Amino acid sequence: MKKFLAIILCLVMVLALIACNREESKPDKPDESKNTEEASKPDTNPNPDLKIGVILVGDENEGYTAAHIEGFKEAIKNLGLSEDQVTWKYVIHENAECYDTAIDLVDKGCKIIFSNSYGHQSYMVQAAQENPDVVFCPATGDTANVCGLPNVVNLFPFTYESRYVSGVVAGMKLKELMDAGTVTDPYVGYVGAYPYAEVVSGYTAFFLGIKSIVPEAHMDVMYTSSWFDLNKENETAKALMARGCVIIGQHADSTGAPSAVEAALAEGKVAYSVGYNIDMLKVAPTAALTSAQNNWSVLYTAVLKDFLDGKTMAHDYTAGYNDNGVMISALGASCAPGTAEKVEEVIAAIKDGSLHVFDINTFTVDGKKVESNVYDFSTWNADYTAIQYEGEKIETISDGYFHESVYRSAPYFDLRIDGITELTDTN
Amino acid sequence: MIHISKRVDFTLFKGRAAGLNRFVGWGVRLIAVLLSLVVSGLLIYAITRLNPLKVYGVMANGVFGTPRRTWAWLRDLALLLCISVGLAPAFKMRFWNIGAEGQVLVGGIATAACMIFLGSTSIPSVLLLVIMACAAMAAGAVWGVVPAVFKAKWNTNETLFTLMMNYIAIQLTLFFIPKWEHPKGSNTVGLINAVTNRGWITPIVSADAISKMDPNAWTTALVKNTVGQSYFINLLIVLVITVCMYFYLCRSKHGYEIAVVGQSENTARYAAMNVKKVIIRSMTLSGAICGLGGFLAVAGADHTISTATAGGRGFVAIIVAWLAKFNTFVMVLISAMLVFLEKGAVAIASEFSLSNDVSNIITGIILFFILGSEFFINYEIKFSKRSGKGA
Repeated sequence: MKKFLAIILCLVMVLALIACNREESKPDKPDESKNTEEASKPDTNPNPDLKIGVILVGDENEGYTAAHIEGFKEAIKNLGLSEDQVTWKYVIHENAECYDTAIDLVDKGCKIIFSNSYGHQSYMVQAAQENPDVVFCPATGDTANVCGLPNVVNLFPFTYESRYVSGVVAGMKLKELMDAGTVTDPYVGYVGAYPYAEVVSGYTAFFLGIKSIVPEAHMDVMYTSSWFDLNKENETAKALMARGCVIIGQHADSTGAPSAVEAALAEGKVAYSVGYNIDMLKVAPTAALTSAQNNWSVLYTAVLKDFLDGKTMAHDYTAGYNDNGVMISALGASCAPGTAEKVEEVIAAIKDGSLHVFDINTFTVDGKKVESNVYDFSTWNADYTAIQYEGEKIETISDGYFHESVYRSAPYFDLRIDGITELTDTN
Repeated sequence: MIHISKRVDFTLFKGRAAGLNRFVGWGVRLIAVLLSLVVSGLLIYAITRLNPLKVYGVMANGVFGTPRRTWAWLRDLALLLCISVGLAPAFKMRFWNIGAEGQVLVGGIATAACMIFLGSTSIPSVLLLVIMACAAMAAGAVWGVVPAVFKAKWNTNETLFTLMMNYIAIQLTLFFIPKWEHPKGSNTVGLINAVTNRGWITPIVSADAISKMDPNAWTTALVKNTVGQSYFINLLIVLVITVCMYFYLCRSKHGYEIAVVGQSENTARYAAMNVKKVIIRSMTLSGAICGLGGFLAVAGADHTISTATAGGRGFVAIIVAWLAKFNTFVMVLISAMLVFLEKGAVAIASEFSLSNDVSNIITGIILFFILGSEFFINYEIKFSKRSGKGA
């Protein structure tokens, strides 16, 4: 009997709870409607019935995804759309989970779906094939212009520009240290994720930025084999500092490297950090110089605007300093004097076209100037024996510089230039 | 004082017939599920301040809202069921095969290898699928038979052994991913044969053929939602295995041997059964079916290989097999429920813009209650009154 009573008591509690909730949920509602009214203030909503899906590899705790969330929310605000129209899918791994999620968003009625990590792309394309009336936008992807589907859109900012500028900041610091005699060897370290074109393009731009100030600088790159691994990035930064690196750059998403540099600096080692995506001053107030950043809102706004206007979607959307698509975070207190002025000068030069990041006069490969580089945009099948998507073969160097992110939004600069050593497990 | 003792026969209501008590056992389990939903509801209310009933509506809609969602549910159900059924012969033999996760993964690796390296050859598609399935079963069988041989010959601990084999399988997957990465440098295998669809389990009746049928006829709708679905084959294969396994365990000589070895090895030996042979044979079968699960996951669902291919199903399947008391038909119900809960939890997380971690919490709560209920079914708690009042 006791157990019976206990069960009945439980049921009563449940029912009471449900009853309470019904009453309590009422006062919440006016608040919600207030919020939506505020959100849609800037303009009348151009398409209140549109549903948008966003697939994210992480959540707001991870710098890369945080930048995307922030950018997307701003784009929504810019266009007068309401945040209620967006379905967020957090922590979607780069496997079949992405396809399932994309298909589920289609079933939910989403007409345009974004994803933010490279590994999402093939699943987005799979979903795009089956749902021709929905637009799929795998950000940082590289097959939209070759896969032959009109409903696939890639977006990628000119990150190499902000990397170059962050390299200039690091170069200024390096020069200051060398002028003061604190450092004799201009040794730079770089924590990279994978030996992938996006990373190669990024570290080369960063290195060229440094070289523009300290021509004799040289750099080592170590890979973590992960886009986000706090401990590994921390360990890699330590290993690079142990080799004698005084500037630690990164193409990895966590705060692991800057915090390692901050700790080393506190112990009396001379080392400074240049981050990526997020302002690193919070974790490394003295060691962080700046971070290269993307302003994703510009690209998201551009894509959504074309979609809302009913235009034919372009396959690639890009934006650099000229369109406010990239930036660097606030300069840290440790930056060399005159850095801010130099940064402004470099940005102005990039904007007016007088400075090209991949100017062929600034780098050599095997001791030789690179005059020509034909890039094949085709992709390969699974065992690399046949072409999967036929792409064009395009000369990427003309007018004295390598045209990065012009023929495709995703970076394709994959030359290994002199002065940079990739340290892999084998050596 | 509290006394905990094992129930000899489950009797919640004293003096009732034993047959009724069996239903009471299921009643307790049902109550556990309901209670877990209440606690999950409280959690959801604490986070979202939303009516839990509405939240469960979202859950149901997230699983059955559209035909595609229902099929995704059926696909995951089939996979979990396949692995659970694979565990049945081992568990019935009291051979604690904790290695299903690894057996699925190596099956997946074998499947992916065939897709990648035979995909560009001219082998007919059906033959390619057969080769893939055989390779997956062979790989899974090897992963299962190694601990079985060690157990049979040297009486090693199979729980630890099979568990360790999982980690080897995971490392093996991590070894192959950079070898097969596509494109180079991305560290993901991506969709294998995305354009040619070689080695993919495709619908028996293609979408083209369905579009040629009379769109108004009820048969068209039926074909479209059954044989027109690529996951239909997954489901069919698994259901056939489930039925066969039921009869293998309950009606065959092998099944009887497994049961006897499970109850008492000495009895089995006394009855002149070759215990070593039974152990090795049953684990080969168990591993092969789990390996086939890897084939279904890679060729029939994911079309890629990653460490998430098994996705913890190898461990959830242990719960399924255990709760079902190794009855393969009961496994259907339990895996259906677990997959429903898992998918529903993801739907809740998405609907209310919560991280998928919340869905893991909800699934955890539900499993905790279900497993907890087994305690009350198997054990009796007595509150003995102290002699004398007050201290």
